[in-house]
Amino acid sequence: MNKILDIVTSKNLTYEQKVVALAHAAENSLEVLSIPERTHHYMDTGAICDLDEGHAPYRPRYIMPDYEKAVKNGCEFLQMEAPKDLDEVLQYLTILYRHVPSITSYPVYLGNIDKLIEPFLNGVTDEEAEKKLKLFLIYLDRTITDGFCHANLGPEETRAGRLILKLEKELQNAVPNLTLKYDKDITPDSYAELALYTSLYCANPAICNHKMHKDTYGDYGISSCYNILPIGGGSYTLARIVLPRLAAEAKGREQFLTELLPDCLSCMGDYMNERIRFLVEESNFFETSFLSTEGLISRDKFLAMFGVVGLAECTNMLMGDPQKTYGHNEEADDLAEQIMQVIADYAGSVKAVYSEVFDNHFALHAQVGIDSDHGITSGVRIPVGMEPELMYDHLRHSARFHKFFPTGCADIFSFDPTGRNNPAAMLDIVKGAFSLGDKYISFYASDSDLVRITGYLVKRSEMEKYYEGEAVLQNTVHLGGDNYRNAHLENRKVRGLQ
Amino acid sequence: MKAAINKMIPLSVVDGPGCRTAVFVQGCNIACAYCHNPETQRLCNGCGICVSQCPAGALSLSGKNVIWDEAVCTQCDHCIRVCPNYASPKVRWMEAVDVWEQISKNIPFIQGITVSGGECGLYPEFITELFTLAGNAGLSCFLDSNGCVDFTKHPKLMAVTDKVMLDVKAWDSQVFHRLTGKDNSVVKKNLNYLAKVGKLYEVRLVCLDGESSSGPSEDKEVDMEDVIRGVAAEVNPYLEDFKLKLITFRNYGVRGKMENRKSPTQNQMEKLKELAVQCGFKEIQIV
Repeated sequence: MNKILDIVTSKNLTYEQKVVALAHAAENSLEVLSIPERTHHYMDTGAICDLDEGHAPYRPRYIMPDYEKAVKNGCEFLQMEAPKDLDEVLQYLTILYRHVPSITSYPVYLGNIDKLIEPFLNGVTDEEAEKKLKLFLIYLDRTITDGFCHANLGPEETRAGRLILKLEKELQNAVPNLTLKYDKDITPDSYAELALYTSLYCANPAICNHKMHKDTYGDYGISSCYNILPIGGGSYTLARIVLPRLAAEAKGREQFLTELLPDCLSCMGDYMNERIRFLVEESNFFETSFLSTEGLISRDKFLAMFGVVGLAECTNMLMGDPQKTYGHNEEADDLAEQIMQVIADYAGSVKAVYSEVFDNHFALHAQVGIDSDHGITSGVRIPVGMEPELMYDHLRHSARFHKFFPTGCADIFSFDPTGRNNPAAMLDIVKGAFSLGDKYISFYASDSDLVRITGYLVKRSEMEKYYEGEAVLQNTVHLGGDNYRNAHLENRKVRGLQ
Repeated sequence: MKAAINKMIPLSVVDGPGCRTAVFVQGCNIACAYCHNPETQRLCNGCGICVSQCPAGALSLSGKNVIWDEAVCTQCDHCIRVCPNYASPKVRWMEAVDVWEQISKNIPFIQGITVSGGECGLYPEFITELFTLAGNAGLSCFLDSNGCVDFTKHPKLMAVTDKVMLDVKAWDSQVFHRLTGKDNSVVKKNLNYLAKVGKLYEVRLVCLDGESSSGPSEDKEVDMEDVIRGVAAEVNPYLEDFKLKLITFRNYGVRGKMENRKSPTQNQMEKLKELAVQCGFKEIQIV
């Protein structure tokens, strides 16, 4: 019970953070999942990591409600009629968001926010709309105290989108994360440039390759750290295989590829199926949630994200040659691709239960890491501080590995502030990268207070408070603060410098 | 055709529209007092002063040629600082096709290339060849020039050049001469010609501290207001077709009498911008 008392008496948790931590501790007092011995072994070594999702899943990890439908139909459970004007829609959404659960207990997805608002701007001046949207955005930032919350823009240009970009630049909020779905044939250059320009002031929005994601499952949204998921569904769970921890017990390259890796993948898949089974069959979530009963989500639109992390370190360990490293050597990259192919073949062949929306398979995800990771690089990224000299080489390398991941894989670039004078240059880079198959890019300015950690945003100034032991509003400041230090993110190579 | 190449920047966000690869040629036909890369002004004369001083041992002398070993070089730039000749040993004579081969690796991330310097106008045949290759690959081709080479005499180069970024360093010919050692009548001729044929991308003015103080122009290094008014009057019908870039003087890299010169304040820059607006310029950028 000491852990419970620690939570209760903590000095750097807010009341709200304590409540969430206590709920988590209560959940973890249960043992309802059947976990075989072999799986326990991989969990003990850390090769399989459940991201501390809890021992008894009672809500999906990421929920992507169909907000368009909610706005159109109203919500019986919340006793709200369909909104008719800007005030009503903003209030409607803030109320609805409050009731969307997730693994963090906060909504991770706020919808295609520009399209939700756009129809209600008719007859409203920019000035009026800005005032209302500003209050709306401040409310979200201060009450959804979790940086994993995400809203989407585009690919079409909208007035609502322009106003939101303008306000975000001014407000410097960490919540929500924004992503622009970008398609060069739909998104006007000027709008994409505005988005990129804005990102060099407030690290938002990130840019998603719309062409590569639009047909994965129909309408999609981006939640949390670049999770590309079906709208009206989401992801039951996200477990991850921590490749370097597995490679630590390998008896050579061949044994890793043909025995150890397949065995661990199999254990992880079984474990994920067990989580899904409990959630769907025993937790009663889908039977009781109004989101489900009112059709804002549908069980058959959920899938399970199969996370991969640390490909770089794993490859380097198996290469065993400091001169031949991931991202810098063809032989190393070929081995990395071989490793990924084994993982992709597993995911493409094994049955994931209750995953109709993804053809009953697990969906690979380049997991971006967690605060406690030391020496483990996000997904398939090149380690911070080891980036190729030339950004173009970096992006070509990314394209080679992004292709394995339907549910999200991204790169983060710290960019020189001179880019603000020439956002068209950044758009050229994005266009080039997307034409090669890069799926997702985000930028922040090397001098900006807001920095992107692994996917979410945190303010450097808030991290400083956390380092001093103060309580801070957003729980992601804890995660980001530790991650920033452990992963030495201050060493991220600055691009666009001359 | 070869040119002396000082360096190439694969990803430049400051040399024209969008993302570009910038090529810097070695050698200049003027010598501005505020030149911020004076090591590009002249070709190496093989004096060898830099060789013994290179901390990395990357330089050696072969007859009258300084040999630079790029693999050993740490890019500390000490050689450039000790060169009495405003040159650099890190210059390569390269064929246009070889320069192009390097640039082409940057597709699809760049929308164009810009040749800067030194003075690009000193290598018209080389650039014609390079721009022909780049243009065929769909890249836009820009020159960054001090305007002291008469472009009307190089129709082949102009045929493959999309746009020119032109420095106008002073309007009064005596002031220009004091600043650069040369005459500015060709600059004005180029300004007119480029504006008329629609190949002027931007006019760039390097703004110094205190130049807008009143008094006869002989008392000042450069009268920026004079330059703004001069350009506006000279190419008045075309002011909407090109950008005016007001560059804040910074002493980075500057050697000689201006190396300790202060930058103008943001307020001074804004005043110049106001004047430019009054004179009819449409797109004005302060950098």
